[in-house]
Amino acid sequence: MAPQSVSEVVAVLSEHGDRAKLLAGGTDIIVQLREGLREADVVVDIKKIAEVTSFKYCDENGLSLGAAVACYNLYEHPQLSKLYGALADSTHIIGGWQIQSRASVGGNLCNASPAADSIPALIALNATAVIAGPSGERSVAVEEFCTGPGRNVLENGELLVSLQIPAQGANCGSAYERFIPRNEMDIAVVGVGSWVKLADDGTIAEAKIGLGAVAATPLVAEAASASLIGKEPTEETFAAAGELAKQIATPISDMRGTDEYRTHLVGVLVKRTLTTAVERAQSS
Amino acid sequence: MSASKKVHVTTTINGESTDFLCEPRHSLLEVLRDNLGLTGAKEGCNNGNCGACTVLLNGRPVDSCLVLGVEVEGAEIETVEGIACSSNLHPVQECFLEGAALQCGICTPGFLVASKALLDKDPNASEETIRFDLSGNLCRCTGYDKIVRAVQAAGQQMSAEA
Repeated sequence: MAPQSVSEVVAVLSEHGDRAKLLAGGTDIIVQLREGLREADVVVDIKKIAEVTSFKYCDENGLSLGAAVACYNLYEHPQLSKLYGALADSTHIIGGWQIQSRASVGGNLCNASPAADSIPALIALNATAVIAGPSGERSVAVEEFCTGPGRNVLENGELLVSLQIPAQGANCGSAYERFIPRNEMDIAVVGVGSWVKLADDGTIAEAKIGLGAVAATPLVAEAASASLIGKEPTEETFAAAGELAKQIATPISDMRGTDEYRTHLVGVLVKRTLTTAVERAQSS
Repeated sequence: MSASKKVHVTTTINGESTDFLCEPRHSLLEVLRDNLGLTGAKEGCNNGNCGACTVLLNGRPVDSCLVLGVEVEGAEIETVEGIACSSNLHPVQECFLEGAALQCGICTPGFLVASKALLDKDPNASEETIRFDLSGNLCRCTGYDKIVRAVQAAGQQMSAEA
């Protein structure tokens, strides 16, 4: 079914509980249903709902990104791809072109993979998830949204409506990078998103770093982010932040990499993404 | 919602208005191949990795195995069957033939559709762009170099004709 409003979706979800599944881009849910990884009695296509399929930017409130907006809208958009570098970087490497035509950032978040590419970027950019449910609307910081692999904070009857991402003033920059052994089309061994705001004197005024694929859920590297404040953006500063970020990584070892290797990559990618984020901030 | 109750869908496929009935669970790929006899799009992995089922949905390449038939109501779809202009092959088809850019051929329809979309966007795309944009299409005969060269040749032909 394809309802026209958020309240209709809430009603269906309330009635069917977890036997109802939402369909945005379908690139995860259709595969999961087909392969028996998730089950559903009802599949609800949410792409007829304007709030969920549209996006809007303004200098005051930033970006309001409907949960079902497909990836390509972000990296192809001349203004948004510059303002939200980390989001453009991550949406351009989620699957291939065919996937990016359909897959949404909201869906990537709800799917709650520890290795999801857009989530560290959203964390770095201080995004908030706007959730609608039977008792009205609530907001949750993106770093609080995932509760485990494939699990999130959505309760019975609730859906993710949009993501609110703060406006990017001058002197802001962000970047996302992941490590994969191939060039494209792979799952992150580690992914890191970094965001910085520079002060007028060129030092780092604010910073936030998100880590992916190093724990059961994507993480905020708080101590690493805090260590940057007031510092000159130098390689040494970035390396020190990388060392702090490594301390909160508790990765698993699997066919993609050992825990030791993943922890090492955190340091490398924190440095690289901070370097790019600062370059972008300086040229913005 | 009963899984077996068929839904009536009206869409445009290769420029022609087309109606079909399908179950809500059926993919666009199943509809194209089993209901409409358009067997150009191939089922490779059926999970969005290989790109053999690539079609254009409102001008953008998608894996038709990851689109439900019921989702394409009112949409415009282009399949590999619609790429050639009457009896003339599209430059990308000609160049794949000329350059022997295929071995077993299963991946070819998907590569042709994605390549046409990328050359429509930019006929002078660099090798790097071609390889990046075609990363959602897998060729297990590993004929990538010939494929990339065929796409470049088609691009040159298209810009010369433009």
